[in-house]
Amino acid sequence: MRAFLYILTSLMVIGLAFWAYRENYATQQALGDADRLHSDIREAHARLAVLRAEWAFQNRPERLSDLAVINFDRLNLLPLHPDQFGNVDEIAFPPPPPLAITGGIDVSTMDAPATEEDPL
Amino acid sequence: MIRTPLRPLARILEARQKGENPDAIERENKRIRHEQMRDQSRLRAEGRLLVMGVFFFCAFAVIGGRMGLMATSDPVEPRAHAPGSVISASRADIVDRNGNLLATNFDTHALYAQPLHMVDPLMAAQKLVGVFPDLDEQRLIKDFTGKRKFLWVKKKISPEQMQAVHDIGDPGLLFAPRDMRLYPNGSLAAHVMGGASYGKEGVHAAEVIGVAGVEKYFDDYLRDPANAGKPLQLSLDLTVQAASERVLWGGMKLMNAKGATSVLMDVHTGEVISVVSLPSFDPNDRPRPAVEGDASDSPLFNRSVQGVYELGSVFKIFAAVQAIDLGLVNAETVIETKGPMRVGGFNIGEFQGKNYGPLSVTDIIVKSSNRGTGRMALSIGSQRQQEFLQSMGFFEATPFEIVEANGGKPLLPKRWTDLSSVTISYGHGLSSSPMHLAAGYAAIANGGFKVSPTLMKKDGPQLGPRVMSDHAAADGRRILRKVVTKGTASFAEVPGYHIGGKTGTADKPRSRGGYYDDKVIATFASIFPAHDPKYVLIVTLDEPVETSGDKPRRTAGWTAVPVAAEMVRRVAPLLGVRPTVEPGSEPVITLTGSN
Repeated sequence: MRAFLYILTSLMVIGLAFWAYRENYATQQALGDADRLHSDIREAHARLAVLRAEWAFQNRPERLSDLAVINFDRLNLLPLHPDQFGNVDEIAFPPPPPLAITGGIDVSTMDAPATEEDPL
Repeated sequence: MIRTPLRPLARILEARQKGENPDAIERENKRIRHEQMRDQSRLRAEGRLLVMGVFFFCAFAVIGGRMGLMATSDPVEPRAHAPGSVISASRADIVDRNGNLLATNFDTHALYAQPLHMVDPLMAAQKLVGVFPDLDEQRLIKDFTGKRKFLWVKKKISPEQMQAVHDIGDPGLLFAPRDMRLYPNGSLAAHVMGGASYGKEGVHAAEVIGVAGVEKYFDDYLRDPANAGKPLQLSLDLTVQAASERVLWGGMKLMNAKGATSVLMDVHTGEVISVVSLPSFDPNDRPRPAVEGDASDSPLFNRSVQGVYELGSVFKIFAAVQAIDLGLVNAETVIETKGPMRVGGFNIGEFQGKNYGPLSVTDIIVKSSNRGTGRMALSIGSQRQQEFLQSMGFFEATPFEIVEANGGKPLLPKRWTDLSSVTISYGHGLSSSPMHLAAGYAAIANGGFKVSPTLMKKDGPQLGPRVMSDHAAADGRRILRKVVTKGTASFAEVPGYHIGGKTGTADKPRSRGGYYDDKVIATFASIFPAHDPKYVLIVTLDEPVETSGDKPRRTAGWTAVPVAAEMVRRVAPLLGVRPTVEPGSEPVITLTGSN
C-alpha cells in the first residue's frame, strides 16, 4: 500500500512538473504575442498620429483660405458673411414623394380571367 | 531491535556465587543502555539541525541571489500588465473646442556621433556638411578627431536626412529616437501655445517640456502618462482664431500700428474664443527671447495679457455703472462738466480742450467727458471705487491659464488719492491688460456678474459673485450702444449685430516719465449684440496712425473701431450669431384717439 502511494505521488510530481513546464512555455508564448501586439498597436498609433497631424496640417486655416482664393473660379467660395443667414420660411418644402407602385403592373382588370382574344 | 535484559539471569547467578552485588550488573547495564539512547538522540538532533541548516542556507541563498540579481539588472517594465500604458506614453495632444488639433507629437530622430567607432572621421564630416549645410566642417573634424567620445550633431532630422546619413555608412554616426512637438497650424494662436523644448536628453528618449504658454502651464497634466489618450481641450475656436488673426493683421498694417491685440470672450462662461497678439511667431521654431531693448518689441511678448497699459477712456463706463448702481445718479442725471476742475492741485481737462457744459450721464460717456466721469468718481469716493474695481479683478493678474498671464499684474497707484480716483475713472493711473478689460466688460454684458477669463472649455455659464445690480448693467449696455449710434465709435455700426462699446485713446508713457505726444494705445472695448450680449471683444492697437486724411489721426474711433467692426462682421457669423433686428424701445407717444 505504501509503495503504491509512493509511486502515485511520484507520478503526480512528474505530471505536475510536465504541466508546469508546458504552462511556462504557453505563458512565454502568450507574453510574446502580447508584446508583438503591443508593438503593432504602438506602430498603428504612431501612424495614426502622423495621419492626424498631416490632416491637421493640410487643413490649416491659412492653406484652406489660400486654396479657396486659388480655386475661386471653380468653387466661388467667399468668407461667411452676415447676409448669408437664411430664414426657415425661405426654405421650400420638399416635393411630395411619388405615388407608391406596389405591384409590377397595376391594371384594373388584373383579377379578370385571361382571355384568348385580343382586347383591341 | 533486541533489548538486552537489565538483569541477565546467567550473570546474576554467577555474581551471586562469587558473592558480588548483582545490582552492580543492573546499574552497569542501565548505564550502557542510557549511553546508547543518548548517542542515538544526539545523532537524530544533529541530523535535524543539519537539515534545518541546509534549508535556511538555501532559503537565504535564494533570497540573497535574487536581491543581487535585481540590484544589478537593468530596470524593465513588467511584461504582463494592462495594455495602454506603453502604447502611447507621449505628451498629450492639445485640441480646440471643436476637437481640431492644435498641438501633437511626431516621431523623429536625433543624430549623435561616437568618434571612437568612426571609420573615416574626415570623410564623415565632409559628407555630413553635404547633408546639413548649416554645420561647420572644421568644427566637426575637430570634434570627431579630438578626445570626445560622444556628441550630439543634430537635435531633429527629417526621414530624408536620416536616410542620407544612413547612406554615409559610418558606424560612428547613430540615431536616437525623439518625440517632437508639432503645431500643425503654424503661427496660429502662437502665444497661447507657447512652445516646447527638450529637457533631459538620452540616447533612447528625451523628455519634451513646455517652455511657455499653455504648454508650460499644463506641463504636469500633459506629461502625465495617465492623460496620454486624453487631449487637453481649450476654449479657443480654430476658425474664429484664424479669422481674427487675419483681420487684426490687416487692420494693424492699414493703421500702421507696430502691434495689436484682440480678445474675444464669451460673457457668460468667461471662455476665451480667440486671443491674438501681433506680431506673432511660429511655435514650431520659437525665437530666442530678446536680451536687450524693450520686451514689448519681441514677437514673444503677449500683448493680450502682458501688455499692461493705461487703457484710457474705456474705463469711463465703470465709473458710470458704479454711480448708477449706488443710486447716486441715473442714466439721465445731468452733471456739469464745465471747467476749470482742479483736483489735488492738478487741472482736469477734456480732449482737445473742449468744453461740453451740462451733460447727462449717458452723454458724458457718449462724448467721453473726463470732467464728467471725474465728478462721478469723486461722488463715489476712492474707497468704494477701489472695492468695485477689485471685485472685477483689476487688482491682480488674470487667472488666464498661460504662464505669461501671471506677469500681467496691473499697476496700481501707491496711494489712492482723490486725484487717483479721478484719473482712474477715465483710465489713467491704473494700468491693466486687455484681458482684464474683457473681464470687466463681460460683467456689464452678462447682467452684473464677475467672470474669470479662462482658456478651458466650460459647460454652461460660470458666473461669479454679483458685482453690480442688473439694472445698472442694463443701463451700462444702453449707454455703450449709444456710444456706437451717436458717439465716438460710429464706425462700429455693423448691420444686424448692434455693437455697443467704448473707445479709449491713451498716450503712451515714456520710459523716463511723462507721455509721448504722438504715440498712443488705441482701444475699443465692445459687446455684441448690445441688447442681449453674448460676446465681448477688445481690440487694442499699439501706436496706430491713420493717414487717409489731411493730418494723421490716432484716436481709437479712427483706428481700433473700424478694425473691431470688421472683426465682428467676419467672426460673428462663424460663431453662429445671426444678424437680428434690434428690439425698439417702447413708443413714447401713442395715439389715443381723436375726438
